[in-house]
Amino acid sequence: MTGGDVLAILQGAVVTVTLSLTGILIGLPIGLALAVLRWADVPIVARIVAVYVSILRATPLVTLLLLLFFALPNIGIAIGPISAAILALVMNTAAFNCEVWRAALMNFPKDQYEAAQSVGMNAALRFRRIVLPQIVRGSLPGLVNEMSLLIKVTPVLAVVGVVDITRAAVRIGAETYDPLPPFLVAVALYAPIVFALVSLQRWIERRQSKAEAAA
Amino acid sequence: MIHDFGIVWSERDLLLSGLGNTTILSVLSAAAALLTGFALTPALMSKQPLLGGIARGFVDGMRCVPFLLFAYIVYYGLPSFGIRLDNWTSGLVALTIYNAAYMAEILRGAWAAQPREPIEAGVAFGFSHLGLFRHIVLPPLLLAAGPVIGNQMIQIVKDSAFLTIIALPELTHAASSIQSRHYVPFAAFITAVFLYWGLCLVIEAGVSSVERLAAARR
Repeated sequence: MTGGDVLAILQGAVVTVTLSLTGILIGLPIGLALAVLRWADVPIVARIVAVYVSILRATPLVTLLLLLFFALPNIGIAIGPISAAILALVMNTAAFNCEVWRAALMNFPKDQYEAAQSVGMNAALRFRRIVLPQIVRGSLPGLVNEMSLLIKVTPVLAVVGVVDITRAAVRIGAETYDPLPPFLVAVALYAPIVFALVSLQRWIERRQSKAEAAA
Repeated sequence: MIHDFGIVWSERDLLLSGLGNTTILSVLSAAAALLTGFALTPALMSKQPLLGGIARGFVDGMRCVPFLLFAYIVYYGLPSFGIRLDNWTSGLVALTIYNAAYMAEILRGAWAAQPREPIEAGVAFGFSHLGLFRHIVLPPLLLAAGPVIGNQMIQIVKDSAFLTIIALPELTHAASSIQSRHYVPFAAFITAVFLYWGLCLVIEAGVSSVERLAAARR
């Protein structure tokens, strides 16, 4: 394995990180929107969201990705590997985020909501000023956990031809007939990213339990 | 569209054998991972720095590596050390070792949260080591960890789909071959999605019956 090969895997890392960040940034608000729809118990829509979340949580990302990549062009929607990858990541992570947000919403104290109502805040203002700041804090560890899970499933994107860390490593392994070194370089790239997120999650949990103990 | 599902129906044997293989893979590796996890847990809780450190390093290491990459390493990387496994063995070994780390961590958490009194009472009643573990420690531990173990089993079912990349004939692989043979991508993959969903609903039903059992015992 040459220096150029390591560089190719590093370029793959840029793709992996970019796609993961895009998936996370789009998936977070969509997950919140889904959770609010279920929380507000909007008729029919809430049921649909519940079924969507249940199915998506049971679907392996590979299967979802292959479905989107091959079936969407079939019904006339042109989609490239990158767009299919982002769409699959967002659909998947939004379902998991929805559950995290919803748990925080369910635990939200009702009296605060009623107090805000009694001082005449409208629904949008209540949500933005009273509910959101507090549920963000409650959901943060769960959301960071979901981010680390998302990064761990991104190697699947290589299946449709996205040149991420994994595909770059596989390609070099096939060229040099020695797949182990590029795979170890790939592990050395994934592990610190995931470890950083796991440490961040533990740090947030520790800080929050300390703040609760002080209060 | 109906015609496409007709094609999938005509290939139902292939799809069902894929579903069967996914189930076999998941059940075997979940059982093996749970047993390995049980063996690892005491090491994880060990006060001995070397043993505890190695176990902790293994568990944290596995939790930081993507499963697909791990499966690649087992299948394509191990031959560099002269270990050549076929795709079934590689798949089972990869699923088992990888998830054993998660199982060990789940069991450690549940074990640490168990009350000490029943164990001390068991010791006072003269239970031997194995008897103490089997009759006093294990039942409440499994009931407490049941839901999280169920979640991990769903994760194992989903991880098994990654094994399509080492040409293991599981459910996603079966759907892929139907799609490439007849070009019916939507019908083939959506059927697979619903079969995965069914599998997970079965696991969830199992978990909630364990939860009911735990509630009844309390």
